[in-house]
Amino acid sequence: MAEAQVIDSGGVNPPSGSVDTRTIGDPVLAVENIIVKFGGVTAINDVSFDVRKGEIRAIIGPNGAGKSSMLNVLNGFYKPRSGQIKFAGKTFPSMDPYYAASHGIARTFQNIALFRGMSTLDNLMTGRLLKMKSNFFWQCLYFGPAQKEELENRAHVERVIDFLEIQPIRRTPVGRLPYGLQKRVELGRALAMDPDILLLDEPMAGMNVEEKEDMSRFIMDVNEEFGTTVILIEHDMGVVMDLSDRVVVLDYGVKIADGTPDEVRANQNVIDAYLGVSHD
Amino acid sequence: MLYRETGQFKRNYAADQQLFPIFQDKILLAAILVVALAIIPFVINDYWSKAILLPFMVYALVALGLNILVGYCGQISLGTGGFMAVGAYSSYKLCTAFPELNLIFVILFSGGCTAAVGVLFGLPSLRIKGFYLAVATLAAQFFLIWMFNKVPWFYNYEMSQITAPPREVFGFLVSGPQAEPAAQYLFVLGFIIVFTWIALNLVRGRVGRSWMSIRDMDIAAELLGIRPLQTKLLAFAVSSFYIGMGGAIIFHIWLGTVEATEAFDILQSFFVLFAIIIGGLGSVLGSFLGAAFMALMPVGLKVVLVDWIGMVPVTAKHIEFMLVGSLIIFFLIKEPHGLARMWQIAKEKLRLWPFPY
Amino acid sequence: MELIYAVLVQPFVDMYLDPLIFIETVIKGLMAGVLYSLVALGFVLIFKASGVFNFAQGVMALFAALTLTGIMEYMPDGLPKWLTVIVALGATVVIMILLAVIIERVVLRPLVNQELIILFMATLGLSYVLEGAGDLMWGSDVKVLDIGLPTDIWDIGGVYVEQLDVTAAIAAGSLVAVLAIFFTKTRIGRALRAVADDHQAALSVGISLQQIWVIVWSVAGIVALVAGIMWGSKSGVQFSLSLIALKALPVLILGGFTSIPGAIIGGLIIGLGEKVVEVFWYSVHGGAVENWFAFMLALAFLMFRPQGLFGDKIIERV
Repeated sequence: MAEAQVIDSGGVNPPSGSVDTRTIGDPVLAVENIIVKFGGVTAINDVSFDVRKGEIRAIIGPNGAGKSSMLNVLNGFYKPRSGQIKFAGKTFPSMDPYYAASHGIARTFQNIALFRGMSTLDNLMTGRLLKMKSNFFWQCLYFGPAQKEELENRAHVERVIDFLEIQPIRRTPVGRLPYGLQKRVELGRALAMDPDILLLDEPMAGMNVEEKEDMSRFIMDVNEEFGTTVILIEHDMGVVMDLSDRVVVLDYGVKIADGTPDEVRANQNVIDAYLGVSHD
Repeated sequence: MLYRETGQFKRNYAADQQLFPIFQDKILLAAILVVALAIIPFVINDYWSKAILLPFMVYALVALGLNILVGYCGQISLGTGGFMAVGAYSSYKLCTAFPELNLIFVILFSGGCTAAVGVLFGLPSLRIKGFYLAVATLAAQFFLIWMFNKVPWFYNYEMSQITAPPREVFGFLVSGPQAEPAAQYLFVLGFIIVFTWIALNLVRGRVGRSWMSIRDMDIAAELLGIRPLQTKLLAFAVSSFYIGMGGAIIFHIWLGTVEATEAFDILQSFFVLFAIIIGGLGSVLGSFLGAAFMALMPVGLKVVLVDWIGMVPVTAKHIEFMLVGSLIIFFLIKEPHGLARMWQIAKEKLRLWPFPY
Repeated sequence: MELIYAVLVQPFVDMYLDPLIFIETVIKGLMAGVLYSLVALGFVLIFKASGVFNFAQGVMALFAALTLTGIMEYMPDGLPKWLTVIVALGATVVIMILLAVIIERVVLRPLVNQELIILFMATLGLSYVLEGAGDLMWGSDVKVLDIGLPTDIWDIGGVYVEQLDVTAAIAAGSLVAVLAIFFTKTRIGRALRAVADDHQAALSVGISLQQIWVIVWSVAGIVALVAGIMWGSKSGVQFSLSLIALKALPVLILGGFTSIPGAIIGGLIIGLGEKVVEVFWYSVHGGAVENWFAFMLALAFLMFRPQGLFGDKIIERV
């Protein structure tokens, strides 16, 4: 099926997504000449690309290409040696995690980083933390503003729970959930933040076909219904090619291609990187 | 069949988020409060007060404080004894400097002083974690105790042993040798009820979730917009506040006279840490169960081993050491969430009773 | 002004005016440091091989010393001293190895794959068990430990040096040398290092984790015995020994948790520092700073170099 779609949208015709109601706007996030080093190892070497509002942008590449490091730069966990990040109309030498979170960047992690001792509901409510402002006094009493905002945010979180179809596991500590559901709860926690930009680090790693289909559906729904910009790292090429509008390809920390899925698929550098190239 | 939530539907989120959503829990709590408020004050005597109820209540308050730091926020502390000493000595200074000040405020302010000291020693927690932090808090333990023993200002230039002056609250004598056991008991009980309620509110709301997120996965928490330093320092402050109040109450109400090197040594730090491990890390109920266990077990052992079997008290003490240590290992292996989790499992069993499934 | 003078000037004037006392203090400090290092060495061994932060190492030293004195008390009187000592030493070593086996069976094996902080708390419990058991078996009164180590005092140009201290230093030195050979040259040593690097990988190439842990804890137990002997001969075998042994913790923070040379140098720095501060800054603090000096030094150190002098920099990954 995936193959058929590929053939359909190929060639010089305008993209077949003309039924698409989505609008893709101007760049909202851009990195320029980013260099990240750990000791002597260069994880990312002089990489630039931009992300437009409302698009699904994929970052692909072989293992160790620097994809996760790139996400870590984007939300401020790693500080680049040089280069700059343009976000929300400002230019930063590096991102501050708090600034990123409070300005609408949410993310999930390659190895699930849920709060294992807390219930699904509490994990999602943690995603609402930045929206909750009542002071310590009211928090002590759990009354007045504290209770009011608790209930408002609970209602919001319940909508996310309905959206992701995880109602039955509301009260279950997430440490006890199976892997696929944990990934879904983690997406839920990111969604609870009401993000403008969603960074997903291998959301489908280790999933079976059915779970992958569910997850793809959620990502597309989020993108279409809320206009959320998605930056996606994924190894499953079928998923990447189907979902994404544009693809960045990294190899050994260097950007080797950037463009629509079809352009990237045809790129000789990309084919060499994935299939290997003979050096004779 | 007696204990179950079937048929107790919640119609809005407010009802779903109340403290005791299940009807049977409310009844149990009411029963405990009736016994604690209306029955015990009339039957209490000096032995029950000094040997059983006061130690239990004081350690429950301190364990609650430590549990906020260790169980909820995941920051290990071995400085509890030192922080208790801060509470005791600041309350001594306060009530000798301002003799008119009501003892309630003395104890609250001592908690505040301890919170400030706690924040100071919590600062390294930004850079270090786990057992590194445990070693850092040992510095607080040893330094604070040394300071209260060496700097004469803290014990008003008299003997290094400090004695609580008699004080009245609402016309009842609660501190000093002539104090009424019932008045002392009710005074402490008031603190316990109010601050348990506050702790319950804190841990189920925004603050509690930010603490737990730091405990479970600090990096992810940071990327969700939680500021690690503020969150950890708040945990240190609240925790030390409780521990400081506990220290002040130990001094004023329970013991009456203390010497920093004896009453608040490092064994106290271990004692409280063990109480929350046995009771249940990250559980308010667990703090009470653990404190009850740790405060009452020595009394029970003494009755059985010394009074009944006729063992030498020192030997009984050694057996107590071994028992406590073994229990810690046992709980960590079998039930890392302690007595509180056992209670929860019992309740789940009770829900199905008399059927196994 | 007076305080500044007392803190910044007076101590150095004292050092200059009385160099003999200064040298003696330095030697005393270094020797105390050797004892801290001995306990710290046991910590490092276990931490390297299993990642377990063994809080009970100090109590193990106390337990070993108690066992040794206890056995020596129960030996028949007629035997020559050297025979008594050797038999008692042998018996204590056997007991420490047995202890390692029991710890592995009862504590470590059920807790394998648990979070390290849980294991740390388990060793806290272990320290209580050992302390209770040692006192219960051998009594809790202060005991004199005499296994015939030299106790005379040398007078070297006016500086007094205790022979016991020198013995301790030699013992520590040879222990480190033996451990270094053990770790690098023997088959078990290589296996130990493999386990330290990665439990899973070590298991997959056929190294028995349980066996390794028993060996490591046995070696740590024997190191604890040496520390216990030195300490016990110096100041008697008593409960406070386990508290003094806690100072091995700041030693580790200074030296780094995985470095054997770090343990030695950290111990020396702390021993030296606390003795010099105790003696020459006495007028400032009024004594007994030895209780907390090491910990405060470690705390200050942690703020700037959390990985210790010889530890590797910690890189966090998501």
